[in-house]
Amino acid sequence: MTLGYVIYKLILAVIVFTVTLLIAMYSTYAERKVAGFLQDRLGPNRAGWFGILQPVADAVKLFMKEEMIPSVSNKTLFIIAPGLSLLTACMTGVVIPWGTSLTIFGTSYSLQVTDLNIGILYLFGVVSIGVYGIMIGGWASNNKYSLLGAMRASSQMISYEVAMGISIIALIMTTGTLSVGQIAAQQHGWHWNILVQPLGCLIFIICAFAETNRAPFDLPECEQELVGGYHTEYSSMKMGFYLFAEYINMFVSSAVISTFYFGGYNMPFIGRFVHDGNLLAILGVVFLFAKIFFGIFFFMWVRWTIPRFRYDQLMNLGWKTLIPLSILNLVLTGAWMMRHEIISVFIK
Amino acid sequence: MITTYLFYFLSFLAIMFGLMVVLSKNPIHSVLYLVLCFFTIAGHYVLLNAQFLAVVHVIVYSGAIMVLFLFVIMLLNLNKETEPHKSIWLKASAAVAAGSLLLVMVASLKGASTIQSVNTFNPNIGLIENLGTTLFKDFLLPFEVSSILLLAAMVGAVMLGKKSIK
Amino acid sequence: MQPLTNRSKIVVKKEMSLYERIYLPAIFSGMMITMSHFFKKKPTIQYPEQTRPFSAVYRGQHVLKRDDNGAERCTACGLCAVACPAEAITMVAAERKRGEEKLYREEKYAAVYEINMLRCIFCGDCEDACPKEAIFLTDRKVDSEVKRNLFTYGKDILVEGVEKDKRVDVSKRQTPEVLEFKKHKEFEHNR
Ligand code: SF4
Ligand code: SF4
Repeated sequence: MTLGYVIYKLILAVIVFTVTLLIAMYSTYAERKVAGFLQDRLGPNRAGWFGILQPVADAVKLFMKEEMIPSVSNKTLFIIAPGLSLLTACMTGVVIPWGTSLTIFGTSYSLQVTDLNIGILYLFGVVSIGVYGIMIGGWASNNKYSLLGAMRASSQMISYEVAMGISIIALIMTTGTLSVGQIAAQQHGWHWNILVQPLGCLIFIICAFAETNRAPFDLPECEQELVGGYHTEYSSMKMGFYLFAEYINMFVSSAVISTFYFGGYNMPFIGRFVHDGNLLAILGVVFLFAKIFFGIFFFMWVRWTIPRFRYDQLMNLGWKTLIPLSILNLVLTGAWMMRHEIISVFIK
Repeated sequence: MITTYLFYFLSFLAIMFGLMVVLSKNPIHSVLYLVLCFFTIAGHYVLLNAQFLAVVHVIVYSGAIMVLFLFVIMLLNLNKETEPHKSIWLKASAAVAAGSLLLVMVASLKGASTIQSVNTFNPNIGLIENLGTTLFKDFLLPFEVSSILLLAAMVGAVMLGKKSIK
Repeated sequence: MQPLTNRSKIVVKKEMSLYERIYLPAIFSGMMITMSHFFKKKPTIQYPEQTRPFSAVYRGQHVLKRDDNGAERCTACGLCAVACPAEAITMVAAERKRGEEKLYREEKYAAVYEINMLRCIFCGDCEDACPKEAIFLTDRKVDSEVKRNLFTYGKDILVEGVEKDKRVDVSKRQTPEVLEFKKHKEFEHNR
């Protein structure tokens, strides 16, 4: 652990953090733009060229807004909760491999902040504690709508975590590793995991929608029933934190989906044309981000197409459809992997 | 060296949060302190190089069980008015009982202070490959038995949750 | 009952088939629909820079016309107020004094003439009713205000200026049919 190593990791972490925040910021703009285009409108286009400065204007607006804390609320928790939401959202970025490694002056620098050998479990753990921000915020507001929103959020996230976990287990069985970096590296060429695990990928994507509380699973904040859900009482930048956390979650889920199932930074055939290692690494980052941006676009596309589920439909889908399907996927995967042994038993 | 300091720091936090669980008046605060306490214990696991255990601890305890706890307590809406009143005798007897338990524990620990660490301790046992090999080779039967136990619990929960058949 | 269009569908509540219960095909087709809208031409009009073309007979803020000599045409007959379905017009009549011939064309004139623009529905009935061709609706828009009583337009706003360049052009409202009608001097309206 030399000083240079520490500095390099620090720089990488800061870059990842900044890029995450930047992308979350522009996701708000993209969301409005995409929504507009899908509805035959233009979306924001007044602030700057094509409205490109809209997020800045929004941020200024949020900062200038009056800060309101309900007098009946639990002040400490009320203030901590949005920060917690944002913190857990930002924590996931460290295990994502953003690219292979860059070689500068003979030293190779990996573009992954840390390759934990239990990276997937780490991701899963962070996601599972992500619900606290919402729950605490909802409870501390001392408002019935907020509490109901928080309840919905937590039960929804717990329910869908099960299916998500089981679909990931099937993925782990085929890849044989828990390290996100290795999973990404294994998918060179056409060895994308979606071709191996199509059903698992579908389940994972659906669960990712539910975990990020995005439409059609945005019941915790459905305006028609719960005013604003868990952030009813929030105003100003605290409200902004919650919205920001949602967009960061969306970005990270897109990154995770791309890495797990869509080859991460790999692109088929690119090795034939480009042989320089550094160029390949940079292209890898570009490919990964292209995939992530498509993922974010997909999130928005779905949001502005599909109406929200009813609560019982949500629970039925989670417990009665996705969990059995993911278990089926698990069993099929296991059977396929053990096919030689099974066949040999029957031949005997 | 740094691990020693971390150990003391985490232990201090763990004990402090543990005390706060008992001492805080508000049940929600208790649960949240318990969650923090679990996090410090997960930190201990990491210090022991048992990352898998640490993460699973976080996922299962902090991420699932405590969320359900919080869920229920939030819905119950416990506060000062609904708190059952306990008589002074009850409190006194509880204090005596807990005190004697503490005494017994301290006494037993005092006698066992010369305990040797198990020689066969392998610092890499907590890593996932070793753990998996141990679990599925040496301890296969207990593992399967515990899975059957969980299955039975699951079936029981489904039975309880089912609407009664008319 | 006769259906108005042939697009109506009879809804029946039936068990969904397996294909429908998978949902994914339906979701996919829905997403294709929204995607097709993504590339459609947007009908948005960028307001301050672009404006929607006005129709030739657009009915906006009223004007009280003067005749060619600059005298007000209105004679405070009250026919417009009677015709108005929204009861938006009020007026107070006064007698023309000697020496005021330059100001008012008729012997009686409206000392006060008010239209409440919040009540007005811009139907144009006042214009039809007026025997003196004094009131017209124009293609000007009624500005927004912050106070209710500011919408009651008096003569200061309604009457056009005397100077040639302050006159309001109402020729757009004079459709060929109207001009044809005005040629017939036998109608009382045109005398
Ligand atoms: S346009 Fe119609 S509503 Fe308006 S003042 Fe004239 S008659 Fe009345
Ligand atoms: S505007 Fe025409 S109808 Fe109305 S009072 Fe004057 S002359 Fe009569």
